[in-house]
Amino acid sequence: MALLPPKNRLWWNEPLHRMEIVWITIAFLWGIAMFSTMIWWHIYGEQNLSNESYRILPDVYAERVDVMIDAYQVGEDEFGMPIVRPPVGSDIYLQARLWDWSPILELVEGESYRLHLSSIDWQHGFSLQPTNINLQVHPGYEMVVTLTPNAAGEFGIVCNEYCGIGHHLMTGRINVLDREAALAAGMQLAAGE
Amino acid sequence: MASIAVPGRQVAEERFRTCPDTGLEVHAKAETLIRVNVLTAVVFLAVGGLFGLLIALTRWQAIHLLPAEWFYLLLTAHGAAVLIFWIMFFEVALFYFTSAVVLNSRLATPMIAWVAYVMMLVGALVATVAVLQGNSSVMFTSYPPLQAAPHFYLGLILFAVGMLLTCFIFLGTLVVAKDEGTYEGSIPLATFGGLTGAIIMIFTLASGAIILIPTYLWSLGIISTIDPLTYKLVWWGLGHSSQQVNVTLQVVVWYTIAALVLGARPLSEKVSRTAFLLYILFLQLASAHHLLVEPGLSSAWKIFNTSYAMYLAVLGSMIHGMSVPGAVEAAQRRLGHTKGIFGWLREAPWGNPAFAGMFLSLVLFGFLGGISGVILGTEQINILMHNTLYVPGHFHATVVCGTTLAFMAMTYLLIPIFFQRDLAFPKMAKWQPYVFGAGAAGISLFMMGAGTLGVARRHWDITFTDALISFDYPATAFFMLGLNGLSALVAAAGGVMYVVVVFGSVFAGKRRTAAEAKSNPIAPGAVALRTYGSEGTLKLPGTIVLVSVFFIAFALYYFINWRFLAGIWTMS
Repeated sequence: MALLPPKNRLWWNEPLHRMEIVWITIAFLWGIAMFSTMIWWHIYGEQNLSNESYRILPDVYAERVDVMIDAYQVGEDEFGMPIVRPPVGSDIYLQARLWDWSPILELVEGESYRLHLSSIDWQHGFSLQPTNINLQVHPGYEMVVTLTPNAAGEFGIVCNEYCGIGHHLMTGRINVLDREAALAAGMQLAAGE
Repeated sequence: MASIAVPGRQVAEERFRTCPDTGLEVHAKAETLIRVNVLTAVVFLAVGGLFGLLIALTRWQAIHLLPAEWFYLLLTAHGAAVLIFWIMFFEVALFYFTSAVVLNSRLATPMIAWVAYVMMLVGALVATVAVLQGNSSVMFTSYPPLQAAPHFYLGLILFAVGMLLTCFIFLGTLVVAKDEGTYEGSIPLATFGGLTGAIIMIFTLASGAIILIPTYLWSLGIISTIDPLTYKLVWWGLGHSSQQVNVTLQVVVWYTIAALVLGARPLSEKVSRTAFLLYILFLQLASAHHLLVEPGLSSAWKIFNTSYAMYLAVLGSMIHGMSVPGAVEAAQRRLGHTKGIFGWLREAPWGNPAFAGMFLSLVLFGFLGGISGVILGTEQINILMHNTLYVPGHFHATVVCGTTLAFMAMTYLLIPIFFQRDLAFPKMAKWQPYVFGAGAAGISLFMMGAGTLGVARRHWDITFTDALISFDYPATAFFMLGLNGLSALVAAAGGVMYVVVVFGSVFAGKRRTAAEAKSNPIAPGAVALRTYGSEGTLKLPGTIVLVSVFFIAFALYYFINWRFLAGIWTMS
């Protein structure tokens, strides 16, 4: 029993029972299968992180966000948060800080954008809902991922990394226009129908 | 053996008694240390559990009990009190049990064990006070640049150094036992598991020292910055690896309870020990589980580490997942419960809280905690779940349903064996594992459910009433959090029952005499079976069905989550 020394001092010489061999083999192969699935998804799957990231100083990042806002701002919401409509396929910048996500981005369904994410103060969590994409946002690191919205509508950004007493106030938004609305607004689209 | 008398050694002053339940030689000083550490653990569980209930009642939006500051403060205190202090004080007791007691040996350096205890207690109190003072609501993880008061880190460091000492006392006791010849042959499986835990713990605490000492200096202003990514990488060498110690010692508890209650022997010493060895070799890679959606790390690094090098540590757990119920089935069949495939399970001692708690812990840990852990730790699927309530859902399944329930079950054996008292309120004790298990399973499932819907963890108000830009989570999510609150009430009731039984027994339970222990043993398995060795013939149809059901559930749920992933925005 578990509280007594093994009968056979050379316990590693014990033969294996058939049931044990079968289960260990199944468990081992299942492990290999799960390991391979992650690699397979990198080749054939459509939801992978790019691993593109840079070190960046917070004020340099804030400046890039401002340059984008100045270039493509189309309005602002009732509390003064800029609404930005960047060209399809472009580099778009989202800034996390205590306690908001800036700016409100307007994207087009089915178009790809290179989203840059960084924080200018503490760590934050980028949680895009309801599509449910969750990424960690660090100060000093800039993550780049190519995103393609697959549906039009309003998407909420919630902070899901605790960032102090105002954490639950930290929200943002991404508006995704449907393709007809975007064309009607005079935008140039890249992806074919 | 009334005492261990080895010629030429100065051990005459060591007092031993023979335990009438188990036949083990119990070193008086080890026994006192085990008692004190267990009781300290239970106090922290009571306090931390209360905090947990208040948190769950706050996340139940219809009640929304605590104000925001208190919510974040108590969430930090809850993590420290139960995830660190309750579990680790109990693990100290398990270290002393699996070394000195199981090996019939004296404990090495009991004085240092007391020093370690005092350091851990003072450290725990200092860290708790720091949190309750209000300037250290940094959560369990304390990610910089979020900064706590210096004495928060200092308390944790003090606690960790104390824990490190107990690991060395464990190792020292192995040396003493071998040297003084208190056992023959190889160390027993329980001690082997304890050794596994001690080795992982030392690695874990080393990671803790590497990151917490600089962070402490940073909080004092001596170091200017702590890189947040480096912090996470090294901190989780502490944070996640310490959970692997919990898993290891919880498996030790499963084997121990099966042995003491049923006289169960491992199906194969070789298989069970190899599974522990896989833990030592591969569990430490798990820091990556927390870094799957971080910038700055490559997918190759993430995939290799998150899978413990092709799931070799998961293999270890799957082996235990077969060999523990297998040992129970084999023992039951040997005792004559041979009817059909599940007769052994139906006729198991479900009224014995030690057995009931152990088996519930095994099933809930495997099905809820194990499966969800692997899925959460899949590189791409983590995009769906990172920092959602799925994460606390998962680890409440491992640490509450698994470790806490197992340790509670073990307590029902430690009380008669080391306090030599009968359990007070035996009816309450009988129901306790079921009440607590049901509540804990509910907490885990409903948090995982809310997390699947995207609900953020560590979040005071998911109605976003005061936020400038509002957002609505689906109504189902609120329903899940309500059920989570109800489950927390049930679990809290189970927790109160446990605390009442423990303190009632220890301070007012009927004293057990040796004669009584012999006529009505609390550990019949140990008395019935003082023979060595593994189970011989193996015909375990019940276990085959159980592991098959487990495997099918695992595989189905795994692929369902890839389906979920395929539905989100494309990313590359």
